[in-house]
Amino acid sequence: MTENKMMIDIGSDEVLSRVQSYQQGGYRLVQMCCVREPAGNVPADHLELHYTFGRDYEMVDLKFSIPPGAAIESITQIYPCAFLYENEIHDLYGVSIQGINIDFQGNFYKMAAAHPFNPDIEPGQAQKEK
Amino acid sequence: MEKAEEKRHTIVPFGPQHPVLPEPLHFDFVLEDEKVVDVIPSIGYIHRGLEILVQKREFTEYVYVAERICGICSFIHGMGYCEAIEEIMKISVPERAKYLRLIWSELSRVHSHLLWLGLAADAFGFENLFMQAWRARELVLDIIEETTGGRVIFGACKIGGVRKDITDESLKTMVTVIDGMYKDVRTICDVFLNDSSVKERLCGIGILSREDAYSLGAVGPMLRASGVSYDTRKLGYGAFGDIDFDIVTETAGDCYARCAVRVHEIFQSFHIIKQAISKIPGGPISVKVTGAPNGEAMVRYEQPRGEVIYYVKANGTKFLTRFRARTPTFANIPAMIQALKGCDFADVANIVLTIDPCISCTER
Amino acid sequence: MAYFTMAKDTLANLFRKPATRMYPSVVREIFPATRGHIAMDITTCIFCGICQKKCPTGAIKVDRANKTWEIERLACIACASCSDACPKQSLSMENTYTGPVTILEKPKTREEVSGA
Repeated sequence: MTENKMMIDIGSDEVLSRVQSYQQGGYRLVQMCCVREPAGNVPADHLELHYTFGRDYEMVDLKFSIPPGAAIESITQIYPCAFLYENEIHDLYGVSIQGINIDFQGNFYKMAAAHPFNPDIEPGQAQKEK
Repeated sequence: MEKAEEKRHTIVPFGPQHPVLPEPLHFDFVLEDEKVVDVIPSIGYIHRGLEILVQKREFTEYVYVAERICGICSFIHGMGYCEAIEEIMKISVPERAKYLRLIWSELSRVHSHLLWLGLAADAFGFENLFMQAWRARELVLDIIEETTGGRVIFGACKIGGVRKDITDESLKTMVTVIDGMYKDVRTICDVFLNDSSVKERLCGIGILSREDAYSLGAVGPMLRASGVSYDTRKLGYGAFGDIDFDIVTETAGDCYARCAVRVHEIFQSFHIIKQAISKIPGGPISVKVTGAPNGEAMVRYEQPRGEVIYYVKANGTKFLTRFRARTPTFANIPAMIQALKGCDFADVANIVLTIDPCISCTER
Repeated sequence: MAYFTMAKDTLANLFRKPATRMYPSVVREIFPATRGHIAMDITTCIFCGICQKKCPTGAIKVDRANKTWEIERLACIACASCSDACPKQSLSMENTYTGPVTILEKPKTREEVSGA
């Protein structure tokens, strides 16, 4: 396979500046997703986020972890199309994301449970209306 | 007329139940007279949580779940999942299995595009064309059923190879059937490309500029119709490295261009299948898989609807930690919104359909 | 722009045989490879329970003590992973689909089947 892809571990504080630099470099947003049980020496209750960017046939995956209950900044100011992914992460994992351009307020997926992919959050403390 | 009145906006809800939508998708259209000014999409009516099911099924069994994410691009979902696991476990699949996967994935592209052509004809009210397109699709489904045993859920992929072989005789019949289909499909496709009433409904509608298509992350025919030459098959995954083909692109970026890209891709797929049949090597079709995966992988493939991303994370047990599929429709929604802005309300159905929406894929 | 591109086809349709069949009097030919339903030859079964373990939907129930084998037809997805795994080839994938069920039968034991 002649595929050119890499995964980069970054700190959660440098996310926005990194994303900005990719946007200026002509990359487009490929996907964003959230994973439990991060690898390495990160505490097990942290959540791991993947932001993937692509340019031509090159793919870069930015990986960073956040502590439970932490809020992150939206990247929709940089990539407007990220709102779908951010709403998805919020609905499935209960990560609160601030400043999404189209915020569905937890109603992106109409589900019975509030954060079905993240059992660490008690259903009672679910922030349906942030 | 007073100025305040001129700018009066109407909000029209569209869907989730709508004749043109095969699956539930909701929009709130902000209209100024008949013009669409803004659109707010809303999905999430059929979220089934298939991604989380990966923690409850053994990784070898999850292939069946992955295949059932969607009924039309089913084979590539199964194949993508298998190849992601194979990448983690460093399994090298036999050459023949790679070619068989390629043949089946291209067959699924042909049947998906013919299905879409039918749906598009139905959306702009050309019933006869719709039936002709689906009649032609039936021939592809027959080939698929004959070789795999299923019409849309192939069940042919497994981790480490494929489950069924195609005999040389069947491969020869396949070439004959495809040769026979050429003329049939050509007649149908010529109507799509040349007919005045079809052009009337598609040309210049829902234009998506090259810059927007690229920056909003559009994929597949949606991106290629706007002039960006990007096709994940060119990465050479599986046996695609040995196959010679050119990326189909159009430059207009309107509904007609998206239709034309799909029409040309049908013939391109025929061409690819015939090439693969002429090159297919002999040998085993699968390798034995032992142990459990440990690690993570992110892979991408070209589905009929565009680029799809699979992310798999395993922890060394039989149950994976995470399986994620970023499906093409999910990536195409922002581009579709862009294409919808400024169109006439009567054209909305056409534009929504030209991204080939697959909501079951999108919500998993 | 071309006009009446479909006209030839439409006219031909008037004289052509329909593309559809008069089901149920004309039944479509079924391919040998079609995954229709799982058939069980209980006389050769050793009740090892591998099919029960391999079934992704948990549709199969094997009772080793009473020597019965049971399948929940509506849960079965016809993936053929049980018939691939069967060590005695008692299970096979038939290419016909199951007919409608009107009476719910209790699973038969091996003795009942071989005795009948």
